[in-house]
Amino acid sequence: MPTSRGTRDLDATTSDLLKELVSLLRQNRTQLREEWAQRITEARLLTAMSKDEMFAEATSVYDNYVEALSTGTFEALQAYARNLSERIIPRGVETHEVVGIVLLLRDVLARSLFGKYQADFDKLNRILDVYEPAANRIANTVAVGFVQERERIIRQQQEAIRELSTPVLQVRERLLILPIIGVIDPQRARQLTEQLLRAIRFNRAKVVVIDITGVAAMDAAVANHLVQTVEASRLLGATVIVTGLSPEIAQTLVNIGVDLGKMNTVGDLQGGIEQAERLLGYKVMPVAETN
Amino acid sequence: MDVPILRQGEFLIATIQAALSDNDLFALRSKLFEYVVRSRALGIIIDVTALDILDSFGTRTLSEIALMCRLRGAETVIVGVQPEVAFTMVQLGLTLEGVTTALDLEEGLAHLGRRSKLLKR
Repeated sequence: MPTSRGTRDLDATTSDLLKELVSLLRQNRTQLREEWAQRITEARLLTAMSKDEMFAEATSVYDNYVEALSTGTFEALQAYARNLSERIIPRGVETHEVVGIVLLLRDVLARSLFGKYQADFDKLNRILDVYEPAANRIANTVAVGFVQERERIIRQQQEAIRELSTPVLQVRERLLILPIIGVIDPQRARQLTEQLLRAIRFNRAKVVVIDITGVAAMDAAVANHLVQTVEASRLLGATVIVTGLSPEIAQTLVNIGVDLGKMNTVGDLQGGIEQAERLLGYKVMPVAETN
Repeated sequence: MDVPILRQGEFLIATIQAALSDNDLFALRSKLFEYVVRSRALGIIIDVTALDILDSFGTRTLSEIALMCRLRGAETVIVGVQPEVAFTMVQLGLTLEGVTTALDLEEGLAHLGRRSKLLKR
């Protein structure tokens, strides 16, 4: 009872109670673990795992849980939670499942305490005083660990998508194509430009065709990035041809008054490549005419 | 830091080998112009491959050199701008407008060669 707390020597009692609690949980390990696994199955959590896998995972979570309770330190548990998340996230385990199983374990253990101390209400209260904050902190640690791991994966994937979505392709000696698809934000625009400039140097390109057919919308900032890309490429001695401006984008650009005078634009990608070939001195003709 | 100027047929090649102070840039400008006058060169290549930064003063001086030498009939080509340098330059709004640029020395020479062939036709 909160009111009776002040009268007790809290420190000594707390550590004694914690010891008692931990030894209790260690003694009843098999039974409590099974009960917990049962509850998980009933609640239809962790359905992505087989029964054996789930039980093995449950065992190690249980042991780490008790360990965290007994030592009062959470580093090991944190590391374990990260490691666990790394393994189970690719299997499609959801956040609510992870939080759900940890809360279930908390409930199972609390119930066992109720069962053990039901005769001694005062003792039960004191045990719960010790158990609850620690249990909540454990639940918190595991959930946060899971979410952090998830966010890390999301960031990693975003990065991967960004890399994938900006290929710089060589179609002819000294002619590069850069098809841009999707949304361009300032960060991506910067990355695009850097990638293109490196590719110009690496491939010794003279002409670059940037095709923006796949760009849905463009605002002043993005248009200016495009102009910057064109100018930077020129500093490296490459001519840029922009193709695939949709009517909407063309209108937006005219309305907001972006100076596209420095840009070489051609209707579509085909026209852009033809123009580039002329600039490079190629002449493409059907085989029949050459004979 | 003195910039060596080499003669290659009808063209002059100035290779900047390290970061230049403002005075070095002035010296380069007068020296190049003097060389153009003396050698009757048709083209100048300024190689900036070694530079990892080009500030507004450097850019302006390069533009000035190009404009001055054009008045004596020589075209200036800036070659070897590094990708990172180009990126920084456009962000600062320095675009070397009106000056020809090429990827490297070879490209620059090829460009000037084409131009002089045209002139002689």
